[in-house]
Amino acid sequence: MQEFPKISRMGERAILLHFEPEISEKVLKKVLAYQKILQEKILKEGVEVINTYNSLLITYHTAIEITYDGFLQLKEELERAKIQDNFKSHLFHIPVCYDQNFGIDLQEISIAKELQIKEIIRLHSTALYTVYFTGFLPGFLYLGGLPEELCFSRREHPRIEVPKGAVGIGEKQTGIYPQKSPGGWNIIGNSPVPLFDPFADPPCEIRAGDKIRFYEVSLEEHQEISEMMEKGEFKFRKEGYDG
Amino acid sequence: MAKIEVVQPGLYSSIQDLGRFGFRKYGVPQSGAMDHRAAGMANLLLQNEPNAAVLEITLQGPVLKFQEAAEIVVTGADLSPVLDGGKLFNNHVVPVKEGQVLKFGGRISGFRAYLAIKNGFQTQEILNSRSWCKGVTPQHRLEKGMDIPFLKGDISASEKFSTVRSDAYLTSEVIEAFPGPEFELLSASEKERLRKGHFSVGKDSDRMGIRFQEKLQNSLAPIITGPVLPGTVQLTPSGVMISLMRDGQTTGGYPRILQITEEGMDILAQKLPGEELYIKLVNYL
Repeated sequence: MQEFPKISRMGERAILLHFEPEISEKVLKKVLAYQKILQEKILKEGVEVINTYNSLLITYHTAIEITYDGFLQLKEELERAKIQDNFKSHLFHIPVCYDQNFGIDLQEISIAKELQIKEIIRLHSTALYTVYFTGFLPGFLYLGGLPEELCFSRREHPRIEVPKGAVGIGEKQTGIYPQKSPGGWNIIGNSPVPLFDPFADPPCEIRAGDKIRFYEVSLEEHQEISEMMEKGEFKFRKEGYDG
Repeated sequence: MAKIEVVQPGLYSSIQDLGRFGFRKYGVPQSGAMDHRAAGMANLLLQNEPNAAVLEITLQGPVLKFQEAAEIVVTGADLSPVLDGGKLFNNHVVPVKEGQVLKFGGRISGFRAYLAIKNGFQTQEILNSRSWCKGVTPQHRLEKGMDIPFLKGDISASEKFSTVRSDAYLTSEVIEAFPGPEFELLSASEKERLRKGHFSVGKDSDRMGIRFQEKLQNSLAPIITGPVLPGTVQLTPSGVMISLMRDGQTTGGYPRILQITEEGMDILAQKLPGEELYIKLVNYL
């Protein structure tokens, strides 16, 4: 019998599947393959399955639905399941304005890393990022793939307020703050496209397993895109991606 | 549609139902009433559906003026509700006349009261729920001058009340919890302190999370960010125990040492900062 996933209960209405404790695309693919099987083959509607780097959490609407028998049955079905880990995803192109009006920590990173600001922008906007999952805040994407040259420790004193759309770097991670919030990451730019809209269906178009590439826009273009967003006219540039 | 006018907002009140389901994958908190039992009781007494929206009232209640006649119930914490000067009892169905004013006074027991209305409050539904939540819905707390919409309906003339008094949980000191995913990483003495020690709700607690005042010194390493739920108790390296509540985030990187039971969540939601409580570990059947 394979060692992972390990399966255990988490309270009265959730089941946790735990995979190899590592952050890698290999584990992510396995996690997402299991998620697909659970959603399409094993579970009925009204059950939600969310993923993180190396976990799946099955959440039931009410407590009564998980009986001990049901739990054992799920365990057996997962052990028998045939996993296919090639799946279709999308590559999204996301505009970022790296102007120093937004990128208030670019100068500091540039000095500390002995990298020209131009080079920071080039590295950040050419890398291909993988979306691992959404968490922490509505629409906050956990991204992997930040070039090693750009890894930079979090700020010693987190800011009380970081603006909506701020693009930051913290340790090995980069990401976009989907709403105004406190934040400890170093801010290098701002994206005019909000990643979460509670009035849209779905509220966030980008999903776990998708890819992201940032492209540089000027202050004026940032303004234009913001206005398009408000009128509901902006659409992400995206293409199919075979992972 | 009929309306209630918010004359004074009180400390912190928000509209809640049983929460959002199916949006965790977008990082959206579940939300919903902190004390499901009290909210459920209020709806039951009015013969509302269980998911009908109620007003959750924290410690110091608002002043509310009814623009139309209504039928209401107050449950949960006893915050000395008064209708036009007359004492109002918790767990009673009370007919309200047009123009009457509902106020709250001193706290007698509990921390959160629930005001339910016949057919539920009719505030906007967003992502399948009327629960207010910062970052998800345009409003997240009651503000002066707001109108809360409800449906005009047949008002029965007589008062009805719950014959089963079930408020003992409001003063319970025991919070039941299952071992969390990282519970076994705790040392024997750390587990012992968790079992034997008393804990209390810290001041910087809210609908997102309750921080316990007492620390649990530990040597646990952070985990790879993983899923968390309302009721998940996280342990920080500095020993702070944080129980995620209904508006809690969906993922977290601290070890998850406990998972509080549904009933335990209701009890915890009714604790005043500083009130003593004990954690009773339970196992899955």
